[in-house]
Amino acid sequence: MIDDLELLRLIENNARLSSEEIAVMLGTTAADVEAEIKRLKDENIILGYNTIINWEKQAPDNCIGMIEVRITPVKNKGYDHIAQILSKYDKVTACYLMSGGFDLMIIYEDRTLRDIATFVTEKIATMEGVLSTTTHFILKKYKANGIIYDNPNTDDRQAIIL
Amino acid sequence: MSFDYDSKISKAVQQVPPSAIRKFFDLANEMKGHVISLSIGEPDFVTPWTIREAAINSIIDGYTHYSPNSGYIDSRVAIADYLKRRYGVSYDAKTEIFITVGGSEGLDLAARALINPGDEVIVVEPCFVAYKATVEFAHGVPVIVETKPENNYKLMPEELEAAITDKTKYVIVGYPNNPTGAIMTLEDWAKIKDVLMRHPEIIVLSDELYCELNYLDGKPASLTQFAELRDRVVMVNGFSKSYAMTGFRVGYLAGPHELIAPMVKIHQYCIMCAPSTSQLAIIEAAMNADDEVKKMRDEYNHRRRVIVQGLKDAGLECFTPYGAFYAFPCIKSTGMTSEEFCEKLLIEKHVAIVPGNAFGKCGEGFVRISYAASLDDIKEAMRLVKEFVEEHKKG
Repeated sequence: MIDDLELLRLIENNARLSSEEIAVMLGTTAADVEAEIKRLKDENIILGYNTIINWEKQAPDNCIGMIEVRITPVKNKGYDHIAQILSKYDKVTACYLMSGGFDLMIIYEDRTLRDIATFVTEKIATMEGVLSTTTHFILKKYKANGIIYDNPNTDDRQAIIL
Repeated sequence: MSFDYDSKISKAVQQVPPSAIRKFFDLANEMKGHVISLSIGEPDFVTPWTIREAAINSIIDGYTHYSPNSGYIDSRVAIADYLKRRYGVSYDAKTEIFITVGGSEGLDLAARALINPGDEVIVVEPCFVAYKATVEFAHGVPVIVETKPENNYKLMPEELEAAITDKTKYVIVGYPNNPTGAIMTLEDWAKIKDVLMRHPEIIVLSDELYCELNYLDGKPASLTQFAELRDRVVMVNGFSKSYAMTGFRVGYLAGPHELIAPMVKIHQYCIMCAPSTSQLAIIEAAMNADDEVKKMRDEYNHRRRVIVQGLKDAGLECFTPYGAFYAFPCIKSTGMTSEEFCEKLLIEKHVAIVPGNAFGKCGEGFVRISYAASLDDIKEAMRLVKEFVEEHKKG
C-alpha cells in the first residue's frame, strides 16, 4: 500500500524522480507507483510538474506584478466569473480569492513594468464589475515555492565521524 | 636525558589503544572535498530554524550565565513532557532528569559514578566507540557481547545471560544502533527484561540518542518502558541525532534519583552545567519540533531504502536496518578486510565509508555506510560501490 501523502510530498520536492526510484524509496513496485500517480492525476490532485528556475539570473529583465483587484460579485456567479476570465491569460501565473480589503490577488509576469501597467489598465480596469486595482511590483525574490534563493550549499562536517 | 612521559600518563588511559584505523581517517580527511562521504555519524540536516531561533533569542535576552548544575528547570520540564509524550514514561523533572553536554558526557558520568576498579560492564558490540573506552577510563572491565547479522544485530537474551557474572555492575545497550542500524522492538526488549529480572543487581545504561530514528513504526522502544525495571535503568539521551543538533552539545540523563544524584555530583564539579544557549534551544526542540523530526525521519527512510537496494545491486549482503542512519553490509565476499575495502574504495572511487572493525572486533568483514548524506550523493556512491565490487571480483 502506498501512502498518498508520502508519495505526494516526495514528488512535490523532486518531480524528476523516476517511477523506479520512487518505488525503491517507498518500498513498493514501479507499477504500483505508476498506477497511484495515474489515479492522482485523474482525480486532479496532481495538476502538473514545474521546474523552479531562478529567472533573476537567467532573464533579469523579467518583471512580476502582484495586483490587488476589488470587484462587485456578479449575480449568480459571485466572484468566480471575473476570476475565471483573468485566469485565462497565460501571463497570469496565479489568481486567488482573498479575505481582507480586496477580493482577488493576481500574479502577473511579463517583460517590463510597462507591460504589466498596460495589462492592468487595458485588461483588468476596464472589465465590468472591477471597482479598483492596486499594483505591487516584486523587487527581489528571497524565497519562493518553499525554496530559499541564493542558499549557500556548504557541508562543513568532518570527513569521518564515528 | 629525555623526559619519560609514558611513565607519567595514567595506565587506564594508556591501556585504551588509539583508534586502530587512524591512518585511514587521516587519508580520508586529506581527501575531503574530493570524495563522496558516507562516513559521517551526524545528520546532514541543519538544525530546524525555530530551534536555532530559540538559541539566538536566548542570547538576545541575556541568558549567558551558568545555569543550575542540573540544567534550567524549564528545559528539564520540557524533556519530561517529551518523554511522557513519546515514551509514555514519567520522570520527575526536578530529581530524575539532568542535562549533560551531549550524550557522551552521560556515558562518562555513568562509568565514573558506578564503577569500582575491577567491576565488569557488559558492552554490546558492534557499538559506538565510547562505550568501551569510558568503562576502561573508569578502571572497569568491559565484557563484550557480540551481536550477529543472522539475529539482525539484536541483543539475544541468552547472549546477555551468558556474559553476566557476579562482578557485573551494568550493561550498556545502544539501540537504534550505531553502526549497524539495528533496532530492538518492545517485544525484543521484553526478553531482555526477563533476563534482567533474574539478575536484580544489574543496572542498565541505555543509549537512546537515535530513538526517534526508528523506521519500523517511528516510535521509541526502550527498557525504560518496563515499570519493573524503573529503579535501575538510566537513559542516556539527547538531541544531537534526532534533532540534528550535534554542535549544540546537549543531552540528558533520566533515571531514578538515587542513580542520577551521584552523576550530578561529578557533573557539578567537572562541568558545572551544559551550555545555557543549548539548554534553552532544547525547550523548543522538545516541545514544538515533532513535525520537523518526522520530516527528517521520512527523508532518512527514503534514503535507507535506496541504500539497501544499492547494496543488493552491488552484490553485497546486508541485513535490513530499521534504525539510526546506517547500513552495515558484509564485504567478506570480496576477499578483502574491512580496512582494505575502505581504503581501496576511497583511493580508487573516492567514496569514504568506515571499516566495521572500528566498532569492535566482530565488525571485521563489515563496513558502515551512513545515509546522512544527500540522495544524489548516495545514488552516485552506490553506483561506484557496485563498480568497485565488480572490478574486484574479476581480479
